[in-house]
Amino acid sequence: MAVIRDVMRAFELYQPNSAADAQKLLQQYGTDAWVMAGGLDSFDWLKDRIKRPKVVVDLSGVDELKGIRATNDGIEIGAMTTLTEVVRSPIVREKYGLLSEGAELAASPQIRNQGTIGGNVSQDARCWYYRAGWPCYRAGGNICYADTPMGRNREHAILHAQRCVAVNPSDSAPALIALDAKFVLRTREGERIVDAEDYFIGPDIDITRLHILRPGDLLTAIRIPSTWAGARFYFEKVRDRNVWDFALLNVASAMVVSDGRIERIRLAVNGAAARPLRLTAVEDAVRGKAPDATTGLMAGRLAVEGAVPLQFNAYKIPLMRNLVKRAIGGVEEATWAS
Amino acid sequence: MGILEWATSPWGQHVPIHIAWFLIWVAAIAGLVFFVVHVIYLRYFARAEGFAGAVTPELAVHVPERVPRHSLAARMFHWIMAVAMFTLLFTAFLPKVGVRFNWVAYHWIAGTVLTISIVFHVIHAIFWMDFWSIWPDKVDLEDALKRVRRFMGHPAPPPRKFAKYPLENKLYHGAIIATGLSVILTGVFMMFRVRTIFFPRNPYLFGDMTWGLMYVLHGLAGVGLITLVMVHVYFAVRPEKLDITKSMIFGSMKREFYLKHYDQERWAVEASTLSSKSDGKHTQV
Repeated sequence: MAVIRDVMRAFELYQPNSAADAQKLLQQYGTDAWVMAGGLDSFDWLKDRIKRPKVVVDLSGVDELKGIRATNDGIEIGAMTTLTEVVRSPIVREKYGLLSEGAELAASPQIRNQGTIGGNVSQDARCWYYRAGWPCYRAGGNICYADTPMGRNREHAILHAQRCVAVNPSDSAPALIALDAKFVLRTREGERIVDAEDYFIGPDIDITRLHILRPGDLLTAIRIPSTWAGARFYFEKVRDRNVWDFALLNVASAMVVSDGRIERIRLAVNGAAARPLRLTAVEDAVRGKAPDATTGLMAGRLAVEGAVPLQFNAYKIPLMRNLVKRAIGGVEEATWAS
Repeated sequence: MGILEWATSPWGQHVPIHIAWFLIWVAAIAGLVFFVVHVIYLRYFARAEGFAGAVTPELAVHVPERVPRHSLAARMFHWIMAVAMFTLLFTAFLPKVGVRFNWVAYHWIAGTVLTISIVFHVIHAIFWMDFWSIWPDKVDLEDALKRVRRFMGHPAPPPRKFAKYPLENKLYHGAIIATGLSVILTGVFMMFRVRTIFFPRNPYLFGDMTWGLMYVLHGLAGVGLITLVMVHVYFAVRPEKLDITKSMIFGSMKREFYLKHYDQERWAVEASTLSSKSDGKHTQV
């Protein structure tokens, strides 16, 4: 398929300076509108002429969507806050270091300077068949080119694949799920607040989107409650190139340990399915147990139950098993098994 | 705005991928228009029913109070098929109009139930029922012509009473066969594209064009079924048809209804001993 790079199709550009105006524009143009935050995902699509919106709503001038604010119960991060601001924020570093770590491992410094937290959690799948503009399920067609005997699917899903096998590429998403964050949306029906884990959807629910935002909806902020402030955090991202790359898999955990036992825990992985997965079965299984290698081993095994590898991504099963093991038992206590 | 969605395959082939989803609304609106037109027809244009021939007293005396019409097996098939059909329609089209849920698994499970029930029905109809009673015959066509001529105000003798199934019933059954077999046959092949318990995925079973046409046929038959099911439900709840609907629940209909609408020679009910062979051409009662 011919791809014409660097020559975007013409579109109407709107640059609102308030969330209300932005939402009004999005609702006015519906499916013809494209929401642009940092533009890092958007410009790929637009330059490749694969997405051809009639209207682009650039949120960069909406100041009310920027910044990190302390609230009565935690913090609120505007959706247009850059990843760099999140990483450098003293309150995030001090109390919610898990998010700081996750955001810092996303892409490169330049991208983090421009990319936003809202864009990071709302970015589209990186499956190259989809990004190349082929008529796959996610693009509205009737086939998954990656889930075939010859498909290149090394980076694709091992869990909950249904027709489409693409994965969610966000690094901040699992950290936000582990921190029990709430996403604040402006919808036609008014403000809606959803749990982080419910913001993401798989192909079983909607094969063309990775999140619940409908045309006309706007993600305005992410609230992190103080419930997990200062907990014991673990974030690890495995990628092909450590300089900058999307995750093959990442894991995030927030744990409160009391008297040598796991009192409370939230655990999430990304890169294993079309949505970041909160591993509730693992959380239930390890609660009350010591956060050591034995518990980690058990947790790792439980985490990959039901995993179905594709032709070229079977390595993700032991990888996920080990990441979960390390998230529970810690790196020092874990031993590598071949 | 075409009725099909097209795409370019990785090999540069221009292929159809599925129907345009606005056809869902076209089908639903067609069903509603049918209701309105039919109600207007009944209210302002329909003539009083008139049938040739009278009830033969010597035959009528043998007709029991309740006339068996559908065997238990036939009724079970009908309702299982109905549940499967509604499940298929809802799981297929609700996600397309904005209702999000995990529909694929429910869809292929309901499709499997429908396929099995249809296979049962075909075998049951061939070996245990009067197979030809549901197919239009010469008398149906002659009577249909008479009814049309009378409706148009032309002279024509009154038509005969109905056989077990009126011509409209038979034509509807034919339409269901065409659409039902289309969705089932294409649906079975489409199950090779998703993960099921039956066979391994094989998206290379056909070329992109064949797959595309299969999805199109599946979609067209599917939206056709929206209209057909709406029409079916409409007639099922019409007051003058309730006796027929109840017979699909309880298995039998009132004697008076039978004598008024059905030709005892074309659907003979012989009163002697009760029998469950209610689908036979000559029903023993």
